[in-house]
Amino acid sequence: MELIQQLINGVSLGSIYALIALGYTMVYGIVKLINFAHGDVFMVGSFVGFYSITVLDLSFIPALLISMTVCALFGVLIERIAYKPLRNATRIAALITAIGVSLLIEYGFIYVRGAQPEAYPNDVLPTEKFDILGVSINSQSVLIFGVAVVLMIILQIIVHKSKIGKAMRAVSFDADAAKLMGINVNNTISATFAIGSALAGAAGVIFGIYYIKIEPLMGVLPGLKAFVAAVLGGIGIIPGAMVGGLLLGVIEALVSAAGYSLWRDAVAFVVLILILIFMPQGLFGKNKKEKV
Amino acid sequence: MKKKKLAGAFLSLTLAAGVLAGCSGSGSSEKTSGDGDTIKIGVNLELSGGVASYGQSIAEGLELATAEINKEGIDGKKIKLIKVDNKSEASEATSGAIKLTSQDKVAAIVGAATSTNSIAQVQIAQDNKVPVISPSGTSPEITFSKDKLNDYIFRTSFIDPFQGTVAANFATKEIKAKSAAIYIDSASDYSKGLAAAFKEQFEKNGGKIVAEEAYIAKDTDFRSTLTRLKSAKPDFIFLPGYYEEAGLIVKQARETGLDVPFMGGDGWDSPKLVEIAGAKALNNTFITNHYSSGDPDEKIQNFVSAFKAKYKDKSPDAFNALGYDTGYFLADAIKRAGSADSEKIKEALEKTADLELVTGTFTLDEKHNPIKSATILEFKEGKQIFNTKINP
Repeated sequence: MELIQQLINGVSLGSIYALIALGYTMVYGIVKLINFAHGDVFMVGSFVGFYSITVLDLSFIPALLISMTVCALFGVLIERIAYKPLRNATRIAALITAIGVSLLIEYGFIYVRGAQPEAYPNDVLPTEKFDILGVSINSQSVLIFGVAVVLMIILQIIVHKSKIGKAMRAVSFDADAAKLMGINVNNTISATFAIGSALAGAAGVIFGIYYIKIEPLMGVLPGLKAFVAAVLGGIGIIPGAMVGGLLLGVIEALVSAAGYSLWRDAVAFVVLILILIFMPQGLFGKNKKEKV
Repeated sequence: MKKKKLAGAFLSLTLAAGVLAGCSGSGSSEKTSGDGDTIKIGVNLELSGGVASYGQSIAEGLELATAEINKEGIDGKKIKLIKVDNKSEASEATSGAIKLTSQDKVAAIVGAATSTNSIAQVQIAQDNKVPVISPSGTSPEITFSKDKLNDYIFRTSFIDPFQGTVAANFATKEIKAKSAAIYIDSASDYSKGLAAAFKEQFEKNGGKIVAEEAYIAKDTDFRSTLTRLKSAKPDFIFLPGYYEEAGLIVKQARETGLDVPFMGGDGWDSPKLVEIAGAKALNNTFITNHYSSGDPDEKIQNFVSAFKAKYKDKSPDAFNALGYDTGYFLADAIKRAGSADSEKIKEALEKTADLELVTGTFTLDEKHNPIKSATILEFKEGKQIFNTKINP
């Protein structure tokens, strides 16, 4: 029974990682850029949701939508200001810029509102507790998992059925060839940032409701964990990010369940190292042969 | 040679601090120097920075006490507070202490609020022979470190292990717990100190520790560990952490179906705790604290009404009370010393006995820690309710 309970704990945590990992993986798939500022977009989304609920007095769904919209715009803004001018620069320049943007958002935010934590109101979503065969399931974790799954399905539909999704896949395959085929590469990249950031915003609101406490540096660790999740699943592959996120959540829960809660973060990064050594393409990646 | 260099460095530091302080200067020090009617007391507190709320609260309490004491004065002399802001940083606390001792030539120093910033002043106070009273530094190291008494350092609060002992006695006698679990913040000496004392006393009382778990500050997901704790089936859980994590842990514990009583220390004392955990989850949780504004004791109620009159109806918290008590603790010693001489004040402070203050009746032990009662508070629907007072 305890094991099932732990799996449920892990899946709730994993759904949040998965939502953030999706944004990482989409951006990497298209521009080959590891967007370290992604975790901070998640933080901004969490705060936008918080203010929507407390100041504008909105309920869960409108707050979620506002947060996703604001984060989408914010993501596009980051891309246009910080990454676009470096599109043809070296990969390392873009990577360093991403780290700079991340720190700028974090400490800029602290400068504006201070570093003190904020607490989400406790009554945004009902907290019924179901006891099934000794396993207690919180209605919130069910709902959170539900929202995460719905958003992932919508994302899959966008990527595989819509025109912009087709453009994204084309750009990720070969940006120059896509350009020759009349695809607007800049807009496609912006759209990718918008969708990825919107998902991070949604994860931020969900995180706030589930974990209550939010603060300006809250994006750092989940951001890194989501990066591990993306690599675990195979960076650039959307289903891989989902599975990677859920798997990482479950691994962490099991490590704590075994009594090694202090090792939880360490294990997540050991997973990253092992994956990079033994399966650099990730669980879902194909072993591509480099052309010589 | 080395000593000379060090002394030189120290001297230049002192000078630099003096010059800096002179620039920003209050200027008041020159006016009062040589004036026989005032006793200069330095105040070295966290008035800005990370833990500014502690420092501000202590300053409010101290100012109230000083205003009351100055109505009559001490042998016709009035206390004058000279404040420095240590910005919640140890290095600033050190340079603040240098300024107060060398430039302002204060008779004694009050501060700092945290253990770290109090320890930062120890060497300066010892070298200059100026007594320092930390109102709320709870680490045993402040007054007694490396098997040596820092004889010029005192404190108003009780020390960390004491809270753990009190909590263990409360668990055994009031809750009637036979087994307990301990859940600590492994990155905090405060948490570890309380937990060690709790464990020792609880086992001495015949109880059994069935689980010991740890987390790291800033963690947000405790559900897995709580599920593990639940399966150990303790009667009672001791959670000596700070309010951010403690709030989250209690909330998640209740969601996991862990309904046993939780208990923490003064680190829980913040309105944010109730916001984070939610009023309902906090039912059946207890904390040890320095005092309770709901205590019916006359002395406490007088303090509460005086405080409310001065600070726009604000209810005084534990830090306000500790600041207030520090004022009286010091005034009592100056009165008994019969002089504002630092050396004599230090000797009088050491002989403090049965002094009745808001946070308890004080007697100083040989390690300069006050022996006094602790208050147990219970959370009911998000409000701290006075439960009982436990004497050492």
